[in-house]
Amino acid sequence: MPNIKELTDLTTQVRRDILRMVHKVNSGHPGGSLGCAEFFVSLYQELMETKDGFDMDGIGEDLFFLSNGHISPVYYSVLARSGYFPVEELNTFRIINTRLQGHPTTHEGLPGIRIASGSLGQGMSVALGAAQAKKLNNDKHIVYSLHGDGELQEGQNWEAIMYASAKKVDNLISTIDLNKQQIDGATDDVLPMGSIKAKFEAFGWIVLDIEEGNNIETVLKGMKEAKSLTGKGKPVCVLLHTIMGNGIDFMMHTHAWHGKAPNDEQLAIGLAQNPETLGDY
Amino acid sequence: MKTYTYTEKKDTRSGFGAGLAELGRTNPNVVALCADLIGSLKMNQFIDENPERFFQIGIAEANMMGIAAGLTIGGKIPFTGTFANFSTGRVYDQIRQSIAYSGKNVKICASHAGLTLGEDGATHQILEDIGLMKMLPGMVVINPCDYNQTKAATIAIADYDGPVYLRFGRPSVPIFTPADQKFEIGKAIKFTEGTDVTIVATGHLVWEALEASKALNEAGISAEVINIHTIKPLDDKAILESVAKTGCIVTAEEHNHLGGLGESVARVLAQHNPTPQEFVATNDTFGESGTPAQLMNKYGLNSDAIQKAVKKVLKRK
Repeated sequence: MPNIKELTDLTTQVRRDILRMVHKVNSGHPGGSLGCAEFFVSLYQELMETKDGFDMDGIGEDLFFLSNGHISPVYYSVLARSGYFPVEELNTFRIINTRLQGHPTTHEGLPGIRIASGSLGQGMSVALGAAQAKKLNNDKHIVYSLHGDGELQEGQNWEAIMYASAKKVDNLISTIDLNKQQIDGATDDVLPMGSIKAKFEAFGWIVLDIEEGNNIETVLKGMKEAKSLTGKGKPVCVLLHTIMGNGIDFMMHTHAWHGKAPNDEQLAIGLAQNPETLGDY
Repeated sequence: MKTYTYTEKKDTRSGFGAGLAELGRTNPNVVALCADLIGSLKMNQFIDENPERFFQIGIAEANMMGIAAGLTIGGKIPFTGTFANFSTGRVYDQIRQSIAYSGKNVKICASHAGLTLGEDGATHQILEDIGLMKMLPGMVVINPCDYNQTKAATIAIADYDGPVYLRFGRPSVPIFTPADQKFEIGKAIKFTEGTDVTIVATGHLVWEALEASKALNEAGISAEVINIHTIKPLDDKAILESVAKTGCIVTAEEHNHLGGLGESVARVLAQHNPTPQEFVATNDTFGESGTPAQLMNKYGLNSDAIQKAVKKVLKRK
């Protein structure tokens, strides 16, 4: 059984990391990062079976691909706090000569990263390739991917969604961060997408909702259920209902903090709402 | 002067198909992907012999490039197959981010490059692909000249760890390189020794360059014909050594003069040994429908055009 208190404490610390990282360089994307903190903590602390150390091929372990690369702060924080690289390195986020580039990359050799992302819509195709390589290698492990809901406006996703079910890629769990926000506003204002659930189902996927995507217990429960649905001839989609900017009251329920860093005063307020748990980097 | 003859003509895409089939038998990590053009890419034999290692993607080239990148994670060596137009411009950002920037070991195999695709016309005749691909950091760009060289190049790139763009074509062209050749990425091949002019050619223009050198020789002009099959990395040394001797150069390619082999050669010469150069290439234009021979004639991409360019560059020495 997972220790919920430990996971909750870690999530709080991750939120602090996110705020401090983007504040220091006055750039980066806190909103989506904060909304996905529980998901990343669940994935790396409980759900994924991973080997010690890091190798690019990842044979014999579960893999994760971040398609909406702009939420790199949460990715970096959770990778560091899961042992992929020293937490002190979070200090170098977006600073010249860093391995923690604005958007994740393999180019600087940061352990944990297997593909560059940032230009949207490409991650599901990559995850599909990795999942099919696992099948060729008789590797029973699972491939996870995460995508923004706004990101689904990119057409390549629908090529991938069509392919995944046609080719029965059933060792893939693609999660959609359903925060209903994108840079220019609410997704329903920018480009209404109708029912994402109905679309995935029409394309032949198993779809399940996690209604409370910022509750670590429901995320764990939902993702475990998703895992139990793999291997049944269909790809699995999780619609993770999250709140953009979660955990910092003035950042919640708005697109305003998609790609904007807090100032000194806002940082202090945000940190006060998330007291230090494991220790700041 | 060494002369070249041929007894058989074949399409370079069949050289790719033969090379891929051989890789299927010799390298278990090689996998192939195609976006609904199996027959055009001559991938049938590989697929027949290795159905589990073939991925039919459908008409979805962006997805194909991403899947190829993903397959490398797990140790596979993916060869993607579609027309050159759909292998480059259509999927430039996918290649840039998921393959080149991510340093993935993907072989982008592109058929029907250039004007010699023929009757389908300009929508399918890409003349910008070498430029697009050579600008990507870390991308190797290869344009072999005949069936045998294309087969050898296909086999060779499987042993190279990194992204490669392999460009070939549709029409039947003379086979004049040996069947048993070893293909060395980035290594120019000198076909004829000459003293008056250097002709550097790639792809379908190599045979035309050899034909031109024969005619020029009869007119008393000694041409050194160099085959640059690898546009990137470019064999600077071979080019500089030759022009040190001849003092002028003609570059020949089935590509726009902007962004092609000629520009790469010009950069090397400008830096190390400014030399008169003429470009046999298309002149910032789209193609059109027609037979390959008609098009190559109309757009000035044949032996006659090379001879004219040689005579022009000789006057500039």
